[in-house]
Amino acid sequence: MKYAETGFNLEIDLSLGRVEKVPSDPRDTELYLGGQGVAAKILFERVPPDTDPFSPDNLLIFSAGLLDGTPAPAANRTVVNTFSPQTNLMSHSLFGGFFGPELKFAGYDRIIIKGKAPDLVYLYIHNDRVEIRDATHLRGKGTTETQDLLKEELKDQRVQVAAIGLAGENRVYMASIDHNHASASRGVGVIMGDKRLKAIAVRGTRDLNVARPAELFELAQALHQKIGEGDGNGDWMAVDEDDSFHHNHFAWGNARTRRKNFWSKELQERWTKWKYDHMDRQTGCFNCAKKCRNVINWPGQRRFGYKCFGKDTYHMAAFLELDFSYEILGVAQEYGLDSYSTPQVIAFALELLEAGILTDEDFPGMPADSRGRFFYLLEKIVRREGIGDVLADSVSHAAKRIGKGAEAFDHNTTKKFEQLPIKLGKLNPAYFLMIATGEKMSITQIEGSFPQDPLPTQEQREAFVSKWEAPPDEKFKKYFLEWKKRDDISDEATCEIVDWNEAMHYIDDSTGLCGFVSSFRGQFGGGVAYHMNNIPQLISYATGMALDKERLWKTFQRIRTLVRAVNVRRGLRRKDERPPEDHWAVRDERYEQELLSKYYAFKGWNGEGIPTRQTLERLDLGYAADDLERRGILAAAAGVPAGQPAARVG
Amino acid sequence: MRTEASTRTVKEIRIDIEKCTGCRACEMACSAFHAKPRYSSINPARSRIRVVTDEINDEYVPVRAGNFTRSECDGRHFYQLKGKQYGECSFCRASCPSRDFFIEPDSGLPLKCDMCEDEPPLAEPLCVTVCQPGCLTYEVRQVETESSEPEARAVMEKGLESLVNQHGIDAVIDKLKQLSKGQ
Repeated sequence: MKYAETGFNLEIDLSLGRVEKVPSDPRDTELYLGGQGVAAKILFERVPPDTDPFSPDNLLIFSAGLLDGTPAPAANRTVVNTFSPQTNLMSHSLFGGFFGPELKFAGYDRIIIKGKAPDLVYLYIHNDRVEIRDATHLRGKGTTETQDLLKEELKDQRVQVAAIGLAGENRVYMASIDHNHASASRGVGVIMGDKRLKAIAVRGTRDLNVARPAELFELAQALHQKIGEGDGNGDWMAVDEDDSFHHNHFAWGNARTRRKNFWSKELQERWTKWKYDHMDRQTGCFNCAKKCRNVINWPGQRRFGYKCFGKDTYHMAAFLELDFSYEILGVAQEYGLDSYSTPQVIAFALELLEAGILTDEDFPGMPADSRGRFFYLLEKIVRREGIGDVLADSVSHAAKRIGKGAEAFDHNTTKKFEQLPIKLGKLNPAYFLMIATGEKMSITQIEGSFPQDPLPTQEQREAFVSKWEAPPDEKFKKYFLEWKKRDDISDEATCEIVDWNEAMHYIDDSTGLCGFVSSFRGQFGGGVAYHMNNIPQLISYATGMALDKERLWKTFQRIRTLVRAVNVRRGLRRKDERPPEDHWAVRDERYEQELLSKYYAFKGWNGEGIPTRQTLERLDLGYAADDLERRGILAAAAGVPAGQPAARVG
Repeated sequence: MRTEASTRTVKEIRIDIEKCTGCRACEMACSAFHAKPRYSSINPARSRIRVVTDEINDEYVPVRAGNFTRSECDGRHFYQLKGKQYGECSFCRASCPSRDFFIEPDSGLPLKCDMCEDEPPLAEPLCVTVCQPGCLTYEVRQVETESSEPEARAVMEKGLESLVNQHGIDAVIDKLKQLSKGQ
């Protein structure tokens, strides 16, 4: 009997219309856990590096995390992986809700989709019954509208649906995959659309077994309690009405303009009223005590839910207020557009117009006001009409297509992906490394365990450390106790801290744990429920695998290094690992490159950021070393000492 | 007529639907508690509590499995509460042929909430314990009841009559004779 996982993959070939239930290899679970870990292995093995993301040979993988559906609270993430046309690298995204657990209850750990359907289809999974069905009647339907129509069509309110909207259907790069009031962004919706897959509807009524029931349930209940009580977990932004932090410190428009004194008491009162006059309730994901999503019923729109920074991005890009975000979110989310990158793309277009690189002729009939312009461009983008067709390829690609100096306006991307709109003064070494080397494309997907800032007094630091359960090693407590100024910390400590931050995300994204109770949340207050000191036990109880902190850490290193191997095989090199040039006003190229070299060496990568054979073999990834060598990627870098650049960087 | 005061224990699970977040921790816990061995598997389809959910209608109603019923209802009731429309099924506790609620997925037999009064019983039903948003609360009250002798006798007589109807007068007399010898 399998524990915590079902032991089966669902293989779908949309070109051939073939469906297969295939037993998975238990060794993969031991080495890569599940979720992103196993997906990286599948992508490495089955998608040759020269595969175009729009090729039928590209795979789109929906995985349930290893702990999804077990009593472990907040283990509910569905992980989506593929190759992105925006970055040409591995796309990694997640959504919360109920889909991952339902997939487990239906008897599958993941769905591996290849090929392309001749026309729009949806996938219906009800335990052993799996069908590829016609979805042409759902063409152009919104994301939650599709969910409702499928529930009706399948006569089952309990079916869990993940769907794309018009944006995905039209292969907009910023397209998301939406489920419930959650969505996966960063380059996955476009591939779902390219495969002509409108939706997946899943319903399961099977048991999911766990290895050590009594121990697991007891530990899970203690964690459930901890998550529910206190403020160490969950998204405080759902209830904190003082959002001066983002508005005064983050950049508006196309990530250019700071408005340091924007926030005021009157504004907060006005916004709070808008929110509570229109909020139906706050909702949570499967088996989680928190309620991070605010569900808004705005006049004239379908109900929508939002989380975290998602409530700010549209009005900050448009220089408007919260009511505008509420107005546009219901529309944009039905279209299935990522609310993180889309507003930046629109603001970028308006900046080009202002600069005269684009002209009024590119925007026929566009209203004069900011609100009207955002709605106008939203429509153009999701339909790929006129300039919208160019903008739908995201900032970096659009800038290249437009030319005429537009490239200079592509100032806020790394690896061709839109970054958080934040511009700061002095370089922060840890953030430099995270933005440069992160392969999940957003800083929110790598930061999170070590606090962002030091505490002012020794007394406060000691009090913090005395309650801090999360650090995997005592050295992190020492670093924190000795840390007084943000950028005054040793390079060695910086490398260790970045590595720990990254570790937690790789573990969450393989087990299905939510970042708000684990990887992302510890940086704020330190009282996070999940950490390196209890996750190994939890996985052991759930799966029956022997696991301790050291083995889990090695598992993180293995998955992380494999993802790097997947991407270097597609061409990722040191030159790509650069935060936006204006991210900090004061830069020191020489120091940054030295730090990057130290970090590569720390990770066991060579000067080009390619994992060495020794590193790969230590992590049971000998097959990846052989492959990289066969392709001349390792051989080409063989003479480069660890951590040194192979060529001049710039 | 002699009457005698006695108390009866009333157990209630109160449901505040405004507080439900739709997390379904109750379903998870219920299915785990009733698994054999206990907590060995999770399967919300086996849960004796269901959160009836319709996100777009902002509808979240936890419903506990009640009695089995053979027949479908006409399903014509709609409830209008605070501007939202709820179907009759949203509040109905029956395990019935109209829907796939509260039906054991393997055997097709009806499921019914037992308030976790297994051996040994829990202090409160597990769905309540895990409900962090406070939508489900448990209350035990002692209610005074009055019982009168003639009423008790009427109950006994009615019971005997139904036994006679079911098994015939001879079988009942035989059994009564057998019981009286044991006295």
